[in-house]
Amino acid sequence: MDFNLSEEQALIRDSIERFVAENYEFDKRNATVAMEHGFSSAHWQQFAELGWLSIPFAEEHGGFGGGHVDTMVIMHEFGKGLVAEPYLPTVILFGGLLQAGGSQALQADLLPQLIGGQLQGAFAYLERQSRYALSDISTRAVKEGNDWVLNGEKTVVLNAGAAQKIIVAARASGEQTDEAGITLFMVDAGDSGIDATYYRMTDGQEAANLRLTDVKAEAVIGAAGEGFGLMQQVIGDAILAVAANALGAMEALNAQTLEYCKTREQFGVAIGSFQALQHRMVDMFQACENQRSLLFRAVCAADAQSDDAQRSLHALKVMTGKAGRHIGGEAIQLHGGMGMTDELSVGFYVKRLMIINTLFGDMDYHQQKFIDLVNRPPAEAGASARPEAA
Amino acid sequence: MHTRFSEEDIAFRDEVRAFLKKAWLDNTELQAKVGALSTMREGMIEWQKALNAQGWIAPNWPVEHGGTGWSVTQSFIWDSERALAGAPSVMPFGLIMVAPVIIAYGNDAQKAKFLPRILASEDWWCQGYSEPGAGSDLASLKTKAELDGDDYVINGSKIWTTYAQYADWIFCLVRTDNSGRKQEGITFLLIDMKSPGVTVRPIETIDGFHHLNEVFFDNVRVPVENRIGEEGKGWTYAKSLLVHERLSIAEVADSKRGLAEVRELARQEVNGGQPLLNDPLFAKRLTDTEIELMALEYTELRALAAIAEGKEPGPESSLLKLQGTEVQQAVQELRMDAAGYYSQTLQGDLGPDQLGHAFADYAQKQYFRGRASSIYGGSNEVQKNITAKYVLGL
Repeated sequence: MDFNLSEEQALIRDSIERFVAENYEFDKRNATVAMEHGFSSAHWQQFAELGWLSIPFAEEHGGFGGGHVDTMVIMHEFGKGLVAEPYLPTVILFGGLLQAGGSQALQADLLPQLIGGQLQGAFAYLERQSRYALSDISTRAVKEGNDWVLNGEKTVVLNAGAAQKIIVAARASGEQTDEAGITLFMVDAGDSGIDATYYRMTDGQEAANLRLTDVKAEAVIGAAGEGFGLMQQVIGDAILAVAANALGAMEALNAQTLEYCKTREQFGVAIGSFQALQHRMVDMFQACENQRSLLFRAVCAADAQSDDAQRSLHALKVMTGKAGRHIGGEAIQLHGGMGMTDELSVGFYVKRLMIINTLFGDMDYHQQKFIDLVNRPPAEAGASARPEAA
Repeated sequence: MHTRFSEEDIAFRDEVRAFLKKAWLDNTELQAKVGALSTMREGMIEWQKALNAQGWIAPNWPVEHGGTGWSVTQSFIWDSERALAGAPSVMPFGLIMVAPVIIAYGNDAQKAKFLPRILASEDWWCQGYSEPGAGSDLASLKTKAELDGDDYVINGSKIWTTYAQYADWIFCLVRTDNSGRKQEGITFLLIDMKSPGVTVRPIETIDGFHHLNEVFFDNVRVPVENRIGEEGKGWTYAKSLLVHERLSIAEVADSKRGLAEVRELARQEVNGGQPLLNDPLFAKRLTDTEIELMALEYTELRALAAIAEGKEPGPESSLLKLQGTEVQQAVQELRMDAAGYYSQTLQGDLGPDQLGHAFADYAQKQYFRGRASSIYGGSNEVQKNITAKYVLGL
């Protein structure tokens, strides 16, 4: 049992910390988010040069061969600084799917471009009616000769504006909510059959709804009809990543709130001297530590592929939503009127936390999944309650 | 960062399981003794002697005094397996509370006199801290100790003294000086409960049991050799002890077992033809608690790992106490709610067949007994004050 970072991980952490200190001060961040697509391509090139884009990928394609802890370190630091660059859609989701299900030829072609910073990607999996159900997919894929042709609409596709390639989840067979029959396709973002409606998310990142009309797929990712398992696997990794990002944001909010309460004076004293506020800040601290503990638990369980991995993942996503909303709400309240303004970064952090709650299923969705998992009869559950690993 | 078990860890786990099977699971006679209030003392001593014979009685002690030298992972394995088997922890007053103070601040004669007897469960200890006028504000304690020749003469009273009726010894905070700050002038004394002038008054509690007492000291003579460390430094010693106490109060492994029990009970209880477990509101509350417990388990492991690296368990232990007791109380509430209206019946001498329900009486008593956990060891509100001051710097 060991909760320390390796020397290499500590170096990555320190270099991101320096990057954030130099580039993500409040006004600089606002300027970056106001750029086309909501981020700085110069920053992205810097990420490539510093090797951050290579972390989760295999060494044979120029990657670093990192695990869940390495990704956690990166996303955690990005969360503290509220970094706007699209690491989640391009590296974790698009890159993750490519690595998990792309053909050798496709990986050899695209991964070096991604790692080098030339290729942006996106993953289109949501639809208007789907809410959080990953298998609710009505976009159709029909085989015409040797080609797959896609028709339908995908919603809230993060980074679709900057992406050159997009992986689309579509239905090759089965009923609208069946898990079987879902297939993942690589399409070119410049295809004339894609009609995109762009908008911003509350934290400034860009997203789009994509209407696909007779779009020809360039490749199938994974086996036809078996895309659901692949989605689940990569979205599991993405949940760990966004939870680490949320932890960074919560730490930043707690630190700012604490600092504010130590310096803001009312009734002739610092408001942090009031017990009513002190106890609320202890609750915020505790919420943050709970989320950190579940993050460590879920990351270690994922790395060890333990029986506890799925349960820990759902628990983590529930706590991320709960703690995020609690800390976010309290941070605004304790900042008083200033918490309501765009003159402080408080509101921006809160918005990031609220987006993270809705990514890949919110706290209620994951608690129901957790309930379904743990309430199975013991014989069916299989996994022993006895610890095989901590 | 990882939490995998090594091959040695797995071998150790198997050794623990084998021991627990023989010493506890197969020993139904001992289980019955520990489970009944009238034989609890005898049963606990027998259980602790079995642990001592195995060398596993004091995992938190330094090896040279009889500790196990376990890694954090081994301690985790021991505690998890023990709780899963339903075996009790040890009585904390001697082994977990006073022994670390004797080891850290006692002299060689005190170590030689008391530590072997604590390991062998030859003395039953109790804790003399709280007083009728000193609860959360512990430092305002008034029980007086005046030096007279080679003895201190003690006058005053202590309250909420758990199992004082069984105790051979009590460790006490007493006032030896009134002139300075209230935290100064407090001295740490070990007092023989058989000393003339010590009387114990039982306090009946809302769970229907007698575990609490008030202890009176009327001109009780205590030899100076029973003083730990220096006169007037008792507060410092006690504070370092409180950190250990708070860690032990979290009782994470036992809450895990309690929660698993509640899940099984809710599977068996029927509500409108459906298992209670399928009730969405009950399932929501049950899993709210389970998720919080999963977090707490790792918060504790993080604290233990820090201790293993030679860092002291700091004020963060307040959070473990706070959340550990909140989770315990949530489990007790769920168990009581699972029992439905039977939870408000008094079973007395009736068998479950006569009453119509098997766990309601236990559930109700556990609920009421459990209210104490957010009060003792420094109330949870005091823990928040401590965290605000020492962790957040407010």
